[in-house]
Amino acid sequence: METRSIETDFLVIGGGTAGPLAAIRARQLAPKTRVLLLDKANVKRSGAIAEGMDSANNAVIPGHATPEQYVKEITIANDGIVNQAAINAYAVRSFDMIRELDSWGVRFEKDETGDYAVKKVHHLGAYVLPMPEGHSLKKALFKQLRKHGVATENRLTVTRLLLGPDGRIAGALALDSRNGGFIVIRAKAVLIATGAAGRLGLPASGYLFGTYENPTNAGDGYSMAYHAGAELSGLECFQINPLIKDYNGPACAYVTGPFGGYTVNAKGERFIKSDYWSGQMMLEFWRELESGRGPVYLKLDHLAEETLQKIENVLHLTERPTRGRFHAGRHTDYRHDLVEMHISEIGLCGGHSASGIWVDEHARTTVPGLYAAGDVCNVAHNYMLGAMVYGQIAAKDALEYVSGKDLAPIDDDAVATERARIFAPLGRETGLSPAQVEYKLRRMVNDYLQPPKVAAKMETGLQRFAGIRADLERLKANNPHELMRAAEVSAILDCAELAARASLYRTESRWGLYHYRTDYPERNDKDWFAFVEIRKGADGEPEIFKRPVPEYLYPLSEKERQAYSDIRIGDDASALAA
Amino acid sequence: MNVIARDATAASIVVDYDKCIAEKGCRICIDVCPTDILVLDESDGKIRMAYDECWYCLPCEHDCPTKAIRVDIPYLLR
Repeated sequence: METRSIETDFLVIGGGTAGPLAAIRARQLAPKTRVLLLDKANVKRSGAIAEGMDSANNAVIPGHATPEQYVKEITIANDGIVNQAAINAYAVRSFDMIRELDSWGVRFEKDETGDYAVKKVHHLGAYVLPMPEGHSLKKALFKQLRKHGVATENRLTVTRLLLGPDGRIAGALALDSRNGGFIVIRAKAVLIATGAAGRLGLPASGYLFGTYENPTNAGDGYSMAYHAGAELSGLECFQINPLIKDYNGPACAYVTGPFGGYTVNAKGERFIKSDYWSGQMMLEFWRELESGRGPVYLKLDHLAEETLQKIENVLHLTERPTRGRFHAGRHTDYRHDLVEMHISEIGLCGGHSASGIWVDEHARTTVPGLYAAGDVCNVAHNYMLGAMVYGQIAAKDALEYVSGKDLAPIDDDAVATERARIFAPLGRETGLSPAQVEYKLRRMVNDYLQPPKVAAKMETGLQRFAGIRADLERLKANNPHELMRAAEVSAILDCAELAARASLYRTESRWGLYHYRTDYPERNDKDWFAFVEIRKGADGEPEIFKRPVPEYLYPLSEKERQAYSDIRIGDDASALAA
Repeated sequence: MNVIARDATAASIVVDYDKCIAEKGCRICIDVCPTDILVLDESDGKIRMAYDECWYCLPCEHDCPTKAIRVDIPYLLR
């Protein structure tokens, strides 16, 4: 295989949502700085927003919400374990981001006065801004990439990061999944923007690529950050979402809720007060499924024809536009049928929950010169707008960081070792197919890590994962595409092991279903009001420890603190007035 | 290549070869597919789904200049 060398100042890994915004911002601020945007797929149509977005879920718009309200809401929704400074860094930039997107031709819903038509979906405040024409989002971003002359490379899968002798970032190593080339990239600063670990659990359908997340987001970023010694945070706070059963896309209450749609049980009764995706909401969803009152459905059949057409014009054209085809195939019509919902496979995701690479309010990881933004970083519930803002924050800080610095020397042994690891499956005469190993691994993830969590199950899971780690030495790939899949299996395995270890370490329950341990069913703030962090220790084994929650910028009252614990209909509603 | 994708009747991506202009050098669907499962079959010059890894997301269908592609929901999810 051919080895290619590239040098740049600021390397951005991932061309989905945070990545393009980082690359554009870097070029806006310093047009002479070399910026390289890499994508595993093609930046035109990559990542979670490949087909656009149907609504901005966390718009902080003056007149509708303040940064203080937003930061408090996410603090409550994430059971207190947040770095408010990091969430606030997004919140205070949210409106500028929306206006910048608006100026690029990204359309948000506005009312008759021209004001943004913000809707209330969260338990307490109003932050959801519909994007009925959000299908063109990626095209608008691509236009800006072109306009700012951002250099891009597609079909490159980064597998490891390189560090200099002083421990600062030195670059990255990548596989070209088209021609089987090996790429050595030297960079002064690196941003990981590789999205969620979306291929961790196996969807109930058994179909490997029927995931909630874009399946290109296999967890590569978590794995490369871990092996570079960066601190990962909250890996026990899983992403679990309420989805359309089998289709595995959002149902989607954020779009339908403001029109009058809501979630019901098999009796047609509403059982949760808020459809905003939180661990507490997912726990009530799960309890309803287990109670004999399931299945759970999205109810729209009471809405007027005009309203239903509006809903279809958003849901069947944007974000997951095959939804209409799926419903048609099962003869499901919103006019007279309920939409059956189910619980997604588990994943790791900062944007939806809080599991990601630890970053501060400057998007800095714990490795000098290494940044993370978007779903792969741990800024809780940050969603699309948060990913974009963190891309911009990372770019600004990275430019300051690289100023006056040389490229760090790279370690030739580390390059050779990784090259041998990545290409080994191509050299084997016979062996296990990546798809088969991935299937077994992800089935084991479901069997042993899907909440409710129990110590004995997770310990057995770790034994099974160790068995699969031995199987990695037997992977056989027939071409560069399969070689990429083989590399992904190794990243998924890292994510599975780290998620199990973090989940075992936190001996309490928190975040509703996300970390519901039946052997420790209660929340224990006395011992566990802290982040759980993992990094690779000096011995190569995971090192797990607590990181204190920084002092709040916006302290919560006792009443506010409990708001998301009263999410079931019939619970004390007094907190709602807070 | 996975077993399921080898079976042409189960492929979720269907190409109308009367409309497809791959012979003129068009590779848009191959370029935009996030999971990189579309290939040009060198033996007959036709675009085919090579891997059973379709996310039924639609860039291939939406970006096709001649509307030659239809994406069905993969059988296991229907």
